[in-house]
Amino acid sequence: MIDILYFAWVRERIGEAKDQLETEAKTVSELVQELSSKDARYAAAFADPSALRVAVDQKLVDFDASIIEAKEVAFFPPMTGG
Amino acid sequence: MLIRVQKEAFDFSAEVENFTQIQRGMGAIVTFSGIVRDTPDGDLKYMEIEHYPGMTQAALTDFAQTALDRWSLGDALVIHRYGSLKPNDMIMMVATAARHRVAAFEAAEYLMDYLKSRAPFWKKEVKQDGAIWVEAKDHDETALNRW
Repeated sequence: MIDILYFAWVRERIGEAKDQLETEAKTVSELVQELSSKDARYAAAFADPSALRVAVDQKLVDFDASIIEAKEVAFFPPMTGG
Repeated sequence: MLIRVQKEAFDFSAEVENFTQIQRGMGAIVTFSGIVRDTPDGDLKYMEIEHYPGMTQAALTDFAQTALDRWSLGDALVIHRYGSLKPNDMIMMVATAARHRVAAFEAAEYLMDYLKSRAPFWKKEVKQDGAIWVEAKDHDETALNRW
């Protein structure tokens, strides 16, 4: 079971802050494809992956990163701290 | 090193004073504070700052440790707020202590550049006529290249 977190407009577009699911996906990209096929809200949120950032177990990674054995994957827009 | 992520307001002057008093052998302290900027039309009701609780503290600690090592700092302080803030409210502050000023200035700029683009915070401007997420700026991303 993997926790999937959403922040900022990704959370608003999907309408959930968190999902939990069993997945066969091996990489972030495969997970994105799986989520996008769930329903239109997910497809809309993931329509342009270049507008998104992803963290696996709270470390920023690329979309080709492995999620095998990951506990938590988070999707969000580019950060705007400071 | 002191890293705090909090909802409450903080007292900038008191933080700088405390930070100053605990240093030994340092000759330079650089501080930066960021405040909520109103819109050009002056219609910002408040700014909502969201963060990723599990990741934020670790990311800030990582940036500060890198700065400590790279510039041989005596110390570093980062405080960043989340929640609803009004125009002119202080969002965050950074302080660096070094033996000489160049290291303190550079380390503070490094920390600010990383806070902008790599710390998991997101800002939403709530105005009279609606709300918009603040978009990341290209020049903030390219600013990281100098490090």
